[in-house]
Amino acid sequence: MGILEVRNVNKRFGGLQALGDVNLSIEENSVHAIIGPNGAGKSTLLNVLIGKLIPDTGSVMFDSQSVLGRKPFEICQMGISRVFQTPEIFGDLTVLENMMIPIFAKRDGAFRMHALESTAHEAGIIEQAEAMLESLNMADQRHDHSAAMSRGNKRRLEIGMCLAQNPRLLLLDEPTAGMARADTNNTIDLLKQINDERDITIAIIEHDMHVVFSLAERITVLAQGSPLVEGTPDYIKGHPKVREAYLGESAVGETA
Amino acid sequence: MFGLGKHDLKILIIVAILALLAPFILNPFPADSAMAQFNAGYPDLMQRFAIYGIFAIGFNILFGLTGYLSFGHAAFLGVGSYAAVWMFKLLSMNVLPAILLSVIVAGLFALLIGFISLRRSGIYFSILTLAFAQMSFNLAYSVLTPLTNGETGLQVYNDDPQILMGPNSSTVTNLFGLEMRSTYTLHIGSWNFDFAVGYYLCALIMLAMFYLSIRIFRSPFGMMLRAVKSNQTRMNYTGLNARPYTLAAFVISGMYAGLAGGLLASMDPLAGAERMQWTASGEVVLMTILGGAGTLIGPVLGSGFIKYFENIFSKINENVLHEWFSFLPQGLENIMVWMVSPFVGSGWHLTLGMLFMLIVIFLPGGLVQGGQKIMHLFRRDRPEDDKPGAARQSTPAE
Amino acid sequence: MDALILQILNGLDKGSAYALIALGLTLIFGTLGVVNFAHGALFMIGSFCAVSLSKILNLSYVTLDETQTDFLGNPLKVKTPYVESIFGADLGASIIDWAVPLAILFSIPIMIAIGFIMERGLIKHFYKRPHADQILVTFGLAIVLQEIVKHYFGANPIPTPAPDVFKGSLDFGVLLGFDANAIIYPYWRLVYFGFAAVVISAVFAFLQFTTFGMVVRAGMADRETVGLLGININKRFTIMFGIAAAVAGLAGVMYAPINSPNYHMGMDFLVLSFVVVVVGGMGSLPGAVAAGFLLGILESFASMNEIKALIPGIDQIIIYVVAIIILLVRPRGLMGKAGMMED
Repeated sequence: MGILEVRNVNKRFGGLQALGDVNLSIEENSVHAIIGPNGAGKSTLLNVLIGKLIPDTGSVMFDSQSVLGRKPFEICQMGISRVFQTPEIFGDLTVLENMMIPIFAKRDGAFRMHALESTAHEAGIIEQAEAMLESLNMADQRHDHSAAMSRGNKRRLEIGMCLAQNPRLLLLDEPTAGMARADTNNTIDLLKQINDERDITIAIIEHDMHVVFSLAERITVLAQGSPLVEGTPDYIKGHPKVREAYLGESAVGETA
Repeated sequence: MFGLGKHDLKILIIVAILALLAPFILNPFPADSAMAQFNAGYPDLMQRFAIYGIFAIGFNILFGLTGYLSFGHAAFLGVGSYAAVWMFKLLSMNVLPAILLSVIVAGLFALLIGFISLRRSGIYFSILTLAFAQMSFNLAYSVLTPLTNGETGLQVYNDDPQILMGPNSSTVTNLFGLEMRSTYTLHIGSWNFDFAVGYYLCALIMLAMFYLSIRIFRSPFGMMLRAVKSNQTRMNYTGLNARPYTLAAFVISGMYAGLAGGLLASMDPLAGAERMQWTASGEVVLMTILGGAGTLIGPVLGSGFIKYFENIFSKINENVLHEWFSFLPQGLENIMVWMVSPFVGSGWHLTLGMLFMLIVIFLPGGLVQGGQKIMHLFRRDRPEDDKPGAARQSTPAE
Repeated sequence: MDALILQILNGLDKGSAYALIALGLTLIFGTLGVVNFAHGALFMIGSFCAVSLSKILNLSYVTLDETQTDFLGNPLKVKTPYVESIFGADLGASIIDWAVPLAILFSIPIMIAIGFIMERGLIKHFYKRPHADQILVTFGLAIVLQEIVKHYFGANPIPTPAPDVFKGSLDFGVLLGFDANAIIYPYWRLVYFGFAAVVISAVFAFLQFTTFGMVVRAGMADRETVGLLGININKRFTIMFGIAAAVAGLAGVMYAPINSPNYHMGMDFLVLSFVVVVVGGMGSLPGAVAAGFLLGILESFASMNEIKALIPGIDQIIIYVVAIIILLVRPRGLMGKAGMMED
């Protein structure tokens, strides 16, 4: 039994079968990549995983609890954190404040009326946030306006904000899309480091083969809304079906 | 001190000094001089500074922090006024129960409206709040006449029950016998300084409310509200439920508005529906923006600025203008008067509208941002002051 | 039954005004993405175009009529409008009588010019600003416009009558076989409804059947793609703003005889028109028209005595209640598109 179990999920949009009989099991503490050509249903699947879309049939269980129909904040409180295609951070706030918010959320839950306490007196939270920034090599930027940072740094901060909550599952949606090569490699290194240092499951939805083969321990190939094959990176690399359906495009992904 | 950082404490002390010494500061000209018309140190006007300051400080907690633009806050002010006048009618002319009830009633009303309106955001939220306020205004004029006394406005009559009134009780608004209107006038040379009980009550409450708003701004709760404004998607996927945060902010700002309404009625025991009209809601938006939404001191400055100029501009008529420009040759004098007169007197609203546009166009951060820009000109060599405790400016509702 | 028909008829003229204002409002919103709080002011300016034209036509010179004397024994002063001396007494008098319909021609260039100036001079700079800023700056503009009108025309409503032909009422009931005087409907209101129908049809036809309209509709659906096609969409949007201003202005011109123009009528109608737009669905033109008439008729039903006896005060709040329910149950409005300004 994996930490995330997707069973017989179907989703249609009008005449289009976006997802057909998707079965997927993500093992605890693994790095699992979901790949597939454009229009294969990756985004739809991701939206089902985080409860944004409710499938027509089937179930999605996280740690034996259903995620379907839950609000994003509830899913996050269950232990699933999400990194977006374009970094979603609190642009009006400083880097340190960005980092404090998830730690508050972890400690105080979805809502707490702490209107008369002083943020400056929350030594424990500040300490944790600074430690996390330290480990991201961002301690020097802690008083910077976060909107002014480079895309690579925003991504780094976003991943750090997710990690600060000690999630059990980290979902990444094309985490290196639109990034320069150097930033992509930094992000890969960061994710590797996270995987080495922490007991955390990482699920990546990705287009870029370089990222996928550098990180994934297991890969599911999605084509036309259904899983085509699943296996280790070596198995996937050599699989004829995958070559046929997908890898022709990998050259594009590699140079992009 | 008071659990505030150094910078915040400085701001609080400055506001406290300004508020407590207002009768001096606002009366710089001798009573019989030509410039006396620019004095603002009389109790009636100073009370309005403090009361609308409270209104704007509260509005800023909602709009400045969360970016939710309510166009219906005047409804809470109006409800607060009605609640207060009812307390005068039923109990006695003591302002304490009146103020308390106005805050409670406005809070409950805000809870109801906020609960519904906050299901939507952005422009839809603005229109929902506008619709609720307009609805309250229409109801106050029509079916709710038994509660609001319709167009006449609610006021205290001799045959009201006033069950707590003793034979010796004061018949004007008072705080345990201390009458709001009682004023001590200090004569120094040709200067007159008025110290009114009513003003000082308003000023002290305003200071307390200002202090409270600083605490809210600097609390984790305040940080969450800024997070709502900055990025709701990230907020949700960080495991935070934005709805109760925004609702809490909405209710708090509604209670501030109710308090302001209660104080208005405490200074002058009257309440009319026109206080709830949406142009009145627009006025508090303007005060907040003009001063600087999302800054601590902005709303205080904005409300003072607008109430001062409203008062001064409204008093100026063509005769005054002719006097001003009398040093010019006759023809030029008439041209100047002709050019300026649409903006003064009853034309004050024209000036206000223009001001509103200019501020939104050129200075979205309001007077505070303008002040900071000027400061930077003078000390360009110093790096930007970006300590976590420093008053943070932010453009409205990004 | 006859009471029912009467209420529907009564709702039509207000509904027409709502529909016309909401149409322009949603057109501006759909094309430019701007929330225009000054749109009500355009309606008000339209009404004052009618007032101005009627004043201009009534400009008179004074002559002394020696044959008659006033009560003091002085020769009687006779005012003759210039129009009458130019076109002759009969034609001149009927031109003055027809001031309001004539103001349609007078107002179109004025309204389009105001629209252009507003868009190029102000709104253009706010496309990339937050919606809150757009609301605030147009709110400021609305105050400025209404104060200017107040300065020149005063604070009191100015009665502006319809042509004599349209005074009086149609006994609509007789046409339908009811008793005489059961359904009385003023002619001018019928004219207003017909006029609104023509204007609305013209706008729809323009958008439907011209290349210009096609591009604008494409732009409403997906602005970026149209921009990528190399079509200068901004210029077209400026023109759309002018058209929306003209539609609001025309609504105002013809409304002048129904409701004597005053400087704050724009604000009064604006709030309701926003509600109409929201109920119809932000950015949906048919939605705006349908919701305009629907709410106008609902409002008139709510003011029936039978209904008011049932729910006191309902006539004052019915539109808001409907809007609140719609916004909560169906946030996109009756005919709104998905993703239009949701969060």
